[in-house]
Amino acid sequence: MKQDPMIRVKNLSIGYDGKVIMKDLSFDISKGDIFIIMGGSGCGKSTLLRTLTGLIPAQSGQIWIQGIDFINTNSKEKLEIMKHSGILYQSGALFSSMTLAENVALPLQQYTSYSQDKISQIVAFKLALVGLSGYEDYYPSEISGGMRKRAGLARALALDPEIVYFDEPSAGLDPVSSKNLDDLILEINRTLGTTIIVVTHELSSIFSIGKNSIFLDKTVRTISAKGNPNELLKNPPNQQVYEFLTRGAQYEK
Amino acid sequence: MIEIKTKGDCVICILEGVLNGTEHIDVSASQVSNKKIQLVGQNIDSWNTDFVITLFNAFKQVSKENITYSNLPKGMEQLLRLAFQTPYKEEENPPQKLPFLEFIGEYGLRFCRSVKKGTMFIRECLSSWGRQLIGKAVYRSKDFWMILADCGPKSILIVSLISFMVGLILAFVGAIQLKTFGAQIYVASLVTIGMTRIMGAIMTGVIMAGRTGASYAATIGTMQVNEELDALQTMGISRTDFLVLPRMNALLLSMPILILLSDIMGIVGGCFVCVLFWDIPLAEYIKYAVNSFYLTNFLVGVFHGIVFGLIIALCGCYFGVNCGRNADSVGTATTQAVVYAIVWMIVMTGILTAICEGLGV
Repeated sequence: MKQDPMIRVKNLSIGYDGKVIMKDLSFDISKGDIFIIMGGSGCGKSTLLRTLTGLIPAQSGQIWIQGIDFINTNSKEKLEIMKHSGILYQSGALFSSMTLAENVALPLQQYTSYSQDKISQIVAFKLALVGLSGYEDYYPSEISGGMRKRAGLARALALDPEIVYFDEPSAGLDPVSSKNLDDLILEINRTLGTTIIVVTHELSSIFSIGKNSIFLDKTVRTISAKGNPNELLKNPPNQQVYEFLTRGAQYEK
Repeated sequence: MIEIKTKGDCVICILEGVLNGTEHIDVSASQVSNKKIQLVGQNIDSWNTDFVITLFNAFKQVSKENITYSNLPKGMEQLLRLAFQTPYKEEENPPQKLPFLEFIGEYGLRFCRSVKKGTMFIRECLSSWGRQLIGKAVYRSKDFWMILADCGPKSILIVSLISFMVGLILAFVGAIQLKTFGAQIYVASLVTIGMTRIMGAIMTGVIMAGRTGASYAATIGTMQVNEELDALQTMGISRTDFLVLPRMNALLLSMPILILLSDIMGIVGGCFVCVLFWDIPLAEYIKYAVNSFYLTNFLVGVFHGIVFGLIIALCGCYFGVNCGRNADSVGTATTQAVVYAIVWMIVMTGILTAICEGLGV
């Protein structure tokens, strides 16, 4: 029997205040996938991510996460789904008044009844996973941008989520830090089997980590290509995808 | 100099001599939009970007395929090719000035929406307050103590200084008037009643709105810009529990103490003026001040202060939470938090004064 996809999106329209940015979005994300949402600047990638994570309402259409109707379900069940999801925001979104350890501990204190000792152990382990051992007592303002993102990832992984969303993980990082973060994403996917959804327009990340992808096309305001990014580069279905994946090279049919 | 000739569907533009942007190109959009344009250079002595801008504006509706260049200086041709690279597009939905009635209607609708939003926020805060009473609200006690330290002890100096000055001013102004009746000694009563009843609360409220309310809006607004509020929401942590409650509690706790301090400092300020400038003996001032101290007045002042604390916390947090996602919006949120807090404090003072009058307090 074929397994249900982790996330199923059908005829989704996204936007703000009744204004539709993208429409007719339909795609499946299977368990353990590294799924890339790509597209040019301002095409609605982050809006799609915000809709998938329930930060803004969908204009129309349906989203199922782990078989549950995410749009129409009650807030309790929505919360339950979000408990199994982690999000790494573009800026890391660490709470500036808390140390890294306190940041990572927050979801654990909120949703588990672990003792303080156990929480400290989990925090130290998660920070070690992202290469930040020994930085427990640092404040976000005292570390670099790349470290902030890794600490944000440690917080996203705190509750051992089944899905982790990444909003432009490479934004503002130097090439080496960006590659290290990509390697970390691959490692997490391999070792923990976590389903990973990445919103990005960074080509090196797309080709090195992406197993599946969708291309949001601003000109037609919907998905104009789906599939493995490397395959899409070999057989580009249209000019926009080709230009995007080749940094604007001339398209010849 | 520029010369334009039309041959069938072709417009030939001959450019020669000195081209400095003062030229007038007499073509309309309809004349050139579907035609082929030939830009021909002949003995061009000099040119500048002003001329290129003039040329571009005259032919901006022509697509790049329909323009040919011959014998133009290299830089000018490159600049023109670059400018014509992007297809011409009419401005989408240019902002239109609404007719007067529509403007009023739009303004009214916006007002209703903001009232609804504000009411929802107060409701959210009340339910957080309720959750706190049954021990289900989530916030870190460390945050609460830090916020309390910031709005309590760290405000003592400024509240003391301003209240002292207000007491001083009240005494000066009052004494000038009372002197005409030979009743300067009642300055002590005037200052004591004035400060304990309302001035202490209002001055503390205004200081705290500018100091603490603004800081609440800026802190939470910056959290919005840094996506920290999104992170809270996706973690399933209530923003009112986590951010508003500790701030509200800290202000509700520190306001009565700051008002007591403000009352004392105001009376001391009045004493300073009376003893030093109006030759009223210290013992006399104290006697009249003590006689004019009524517990009811003091409690009315403290009650005002608690209400003001609530207003400052709600305004600061509301504008912080509803802040946009750029630096400019943080500035706007901060300004709005202070302005609205002060306006609402004055409105509430009027309402509470009327209620006290009605109750005979």
